[in-house]
Amino acid sequence: MGFQVEKVGDALVVDVEGQLIVGNRQELKQRVLEELEKGERKFVVDFEKTGYIDSSGLGVLVSLSKKVREQGGELRLANLNEDLKTLFELTKLDTLFHIADSREAALKGL
Amino acid sequence: MAPDLVLDIPNDLASIEEAVTYVMQRCAACGDDPPKLRLNLRVGLTEALANAMLYGNDRDPSKRVRVEVAFQESVITARITDEGRGFDPHCIADPTLPANRAKPVGRGIFLMRKLLDEVHFNDCGNSVTLVLRLPPYGGGEDGADRRASA
Repeated sequence: MGFQVEKVGDALVVDVEGQLIVGNRQELKQRVLEELEKGERKFVVDFEKTGYIDSSGLGVLVSLSKKVREQGGELRLANLNEDLKTLFELTKLDTLFHIADSREAALKGL
Repeated sequence: MAPDLVLDIPNDLASIEEAVTYVMQRCAACGDDPPKLRLNLRVGLTEALANAMLYGNDRDPSKRVRVEVAFQESVITARITDEGRGFDPHCIADPTLPANRAKPVGRGIFLMRKLLDEVHFNDCGNSVTLVLRLPPYGGGEDGADRRASA
């Protein structure tokens, strides 16, 4: 379980491996905020290897998206599995995020 | 409720995943709806444990959380109890309202109520009972279609 960060073009892609839950959400938040402070403005969080996100994980994505937007950037999401899509739809967070079916689609036009 | 499984776990967020995974493994044979067991049960247990540790026990590492689970054919009942003073579960705002949608908190109990068949708090609010109903093996219902409507 962890986070892998990769630079793709002028965007930063964060792979979430395992789960994004109350026990590790702060690690993701810190990683993204550090990169934001260094000047990164385009982010894709890739959930291809993610099994589950709890409400704390959803909350940290909301918080990060807001902070990135405040700095003139954008945070997109990619590769949500059916369970994760269900959580985003139930909470209506699918209306707040740009959610792409693939990493490539998320990067396109970012 | 006569529990078949009782866990007394430390008030440590890092212990949630292991506890939830263990309960889910023990519940795997309770009914024929893998998506509902995988998502709905996990949401209920994870959110209830996180609430108990963060808000009920106020992150106090000296406190404990008790998990009691009863397995019946087609019904899983789980009770999660913390050592806190409780809260009023009626005072939970709807996180899907436009005014609340961008808030970073407030989705846990909402998701529990959406994905469990029953969610009951005791009078003081420091214990929550979750009920998940599943079709019996061979029942033939497609769980994936019922995930969001549970």
